[in-house]
Amino acid sequence: MSIKKSSLYASATAVTLALTLSACGGATTTGSSSGGGHDPDATVNIGSLYEPQNLDNTAGGGQGVTEALNGNVYEGLFKLTDDGEVEKLLAQDHKVSADGLTYTFTLRDKVTFHSGKKLTSQDVKYSLEKVTAKDSQSARKANLGVIDSIETPDARTVKVKLSKKSISFVYQLSYVWIINSEARDLKTSEDGTGPYRLGKWTRGSALSLDRFAGYWGGKAANKQVVFRYFKDATALNNALLTNAVDVVTSGQSPDALDQFRNNPAYKVNDGDSTTKLLLAFNDKAKPFTDVKVRQAVSAAIDDKKLLESIWGGHGKLIGSMVPPTDPWYEDLTAIDAYDPERAKKLLAEAGLKDGFSFTLDTPNYDPHPTAATFIKSQLAKVGIEVKINTITSDEWYTKVYKNRAFTATLQEHVNDRDLVWYGNPDFYWGYDDKQVTRWVEQAEQASTTAEQTELLKKVNRKTAEDAASDWLYLYPQIVVASTKLSGYPLNGLNSQFHAYDIKKG
Amino acid sequence: MARYLLRRFVFLLVSLALASVVLFVLLRMLPGDPANALTAVGATDEQIAAARRSIGSDRPLPEQFTHWIGQLLRGDLGTSFVSSLPVGPEVGARLNVTVPLTLAAFVLAVLIAVPAGFLAAYRRRTWYGSLLSGVSQLGIAIPVFWLGMILIAVFALNARWLPAGGFPPDGWDRPGEAIRSLVLPVLTIALVMSASLIRYVRSATLDVLGSDYLRTARALGSSFGRAMWRHGLRNASVPVVSILGIELASTLLGAVVVESVFALPGLGSLLATGIAQHDYPVIQGVLFVSTLAVLIIGFAADLLQRIIDPRLRRGLSGGNR
Repeated sequence: MSIKKSSLYASATAVTLALTLSACGGATTTGSSSGGGHDPDATVNIGSLYEPQNLDNTAGGGQGVTEALNGNVYEGLFKLTDDGEVEKLLAQDHKVSADGLTYTFTLRDKVTFHSGKKLTSQDVKYSLEKVTAKDSQSARKANLGVIDSIETPDARTVKVKLSKKSISFVYQLSYVWIINSEARDLKTSEDGTGPYRLGKWTRGSALSLDRFAGYWGGKAANKQVVFRYFKDATALNNALLTNAVDVVTSGQSPDALDQFRNNPAYKVNDGDSTTKLLLAFNDKAKPFTDVKVRQAVSAAIDDKKLLESIWGGHGKLIGSMVPPTDPWYEDLTAIDAYDPERAKKLLAEAGLKDGFSFTLDTPNYDPHPTAATFIKSQLAKVGIEVKINTITSDEWYTKVYKNRAFTATLQEHVNDRDLVWYGNPDFYWGYDDKQVTRWVEQAEQASTTAEQTELLKKVNRKTAEDAASDWLYLYPQIVVASTKLSGYPLNGLNSQFHAYDIKKG
Repeated sequence: MARYLLRRFVFLLVSLALASVVLFVLLRMLPGDPANALTAVGATDEQIAAARRSIGSDRPLPEQFTHWIGQLLRGDLGTSFVSSLPVGPEVGARLNVTVPLTLAAFVLAVLIAVPAGFLAAYRRRTWYGSLLSGVSQLGIAIPVFWLGMILIAVFALNARWLPAGGFPPDGWDRPGEAIRSLVLPVLTIALVMSASLIRYVRSATLDVLGSDYLRTARALGSSFGRAMWRHGLRNASVPVVSILGIELASTLLGAVVVESVFALPGLGSLLATGIAQHDYPVIQGVLFVSTLAVLIIGFAADLLQRIIDPRLRRGLSGGNR
């Protein structure tokens, strides 16, 4: 699981807490616009809404720290590319034992940290243990819980023993930064192995990265990267329009897009998103314990019209938790498609002929309030009364996520491959199906990805048929950049923004 | 006067102490847990407990309070829960933006409002007197963020004369850039502030114009200019100064909106982020410093009024406030 907390969106004080729950990676599409000559000593200015809270991703750094530092300043044994492929990075080679329980990693030679110290297996052991430590605040702690022991036979070899098979283990390692074991004050400074070192962080305003001369790999295509932080999308767009920034990582509103689309100085890229907007029922709370009621609500809401009103033609409809870029995707939009007559029939079958009323806990930031109002008016037509209860992200976390004191809620789920959360009966939405739980477990223990895909397809179909949640739509993924720029990431998978290939001409 | 100063100073200290207690207690009464901001969504109870231990929010409240006050007395505003950076330098860095922004806007607003307000009253029967009055009326109704957006659209997006927002990361090391980035925000605040100031200056001037003492002075042969200078200005200043004090204080605190529109790293945006993250030391630090600033401004306004108006010094009209 990883987090996307505190992005200041649209209004100055609204805080986004989007659930980013992941398991293992994947998505496709490549991005670059023009080739040609570029300035190898250029400074690339990146506009973002997500300033890091601190610089440590195991101590509450948030989404911003992943965006700025992942792959740029810190590297893992593996990396997740923008296409969703897992590639070797600091690991030159890795072997898995026949029983799938022992992973042996050989480290790349001649890698040095920014401080000048050489990378050794000790640093890898330290970095892994930092995540699994008892007081670790890492979002990856649970995922790496399968680690049983770590041995370092020599300076370039790391041997990791797992307590049980885990097909996503290597993928999880792409989230673990390899840090100098002697580094201190990681919340305010860094010591990684990436192509950039931290320049200057002016809190509330900007964070700069400078090309690292001693980098082990191919050097970055630009000399400096400056992340400039904004509190709202309008200010961000203005900065792009006045060339104060060259590219914006996020925060596009459909209204603002036209000014870029009709301007030859900018390119609007449509990438692949993995962010889903959910109407999440509490499957353990009445009346949503009844499958028919959940199906009725799903069938009563016109998702297409909702998407149109919020994103005006951008984005996609989905029929389940799985976005098209996940390997186990199937188009299930036909299940519980918009059909108010069927919704009424289902309600009658469930013994709720006269409808019912429920409270919808709605996060107070975009797009949730708009979606809630829309849902309220749609459900009113089939006799269901929705009481909208607006809450802050913090309240959502306590009331909905921790205490499960809710009937239904709205929430955006950001990550790819997060279908597996339906296999966890203790998750906030309370979906509990023994068969699904078993399939998810078997998928993680699978020996081949084909086997894993097959099992997760079953999970996908079953959860969709059970209307475990109502998946309203898939967000668009829009990156707007100056046409002078090329080589920037389009999909921003899991909030990463690798800047080293960006060319400015 | 010395006794008054001393009494006023003690009052300031007592207010500050009371304000500290109130803001500490109020913050703790808010729902939410700062440990949440530090941990991921799926954090275990163990992870949350560890986060609480690391920031000390698991200690009893009186202990936390005395710890904070103890730090304050040593001139230390504490350490941020979230960034682990000391709050003092952080607040200081933000003041580098907010103080110049507020003061420049304030001075500009006064420079606009005093002559305009005077004219609006003195020439109230001419077309431009009425116009000034009408424009200021309209100006009060304009939301500050809207004006900011309009100025951005005109001067940054279309004319490209000034940046649309942001502040140079190197700050005042690049004075030219820093000043350029403050021009539009200053203008935004100054225009909105001057609209309401014009109303006050106008009504204070009207009072003076209709006063007996001015008529008497004129009857005794004093020219209008001289009578205004000797008697009018002084009398009109008293209510205006108290309004100025309030306006300055509220601009300092209200800069958060303008800072957001112009993406400025000021005190207001630090406060907003701090609140969003339940970062108590940051919130306390910002509020403490701004409380102090407001109290000092109030003190200065009172003092100025007493200098201007000798009646206040003698305690004839509601003396020691």
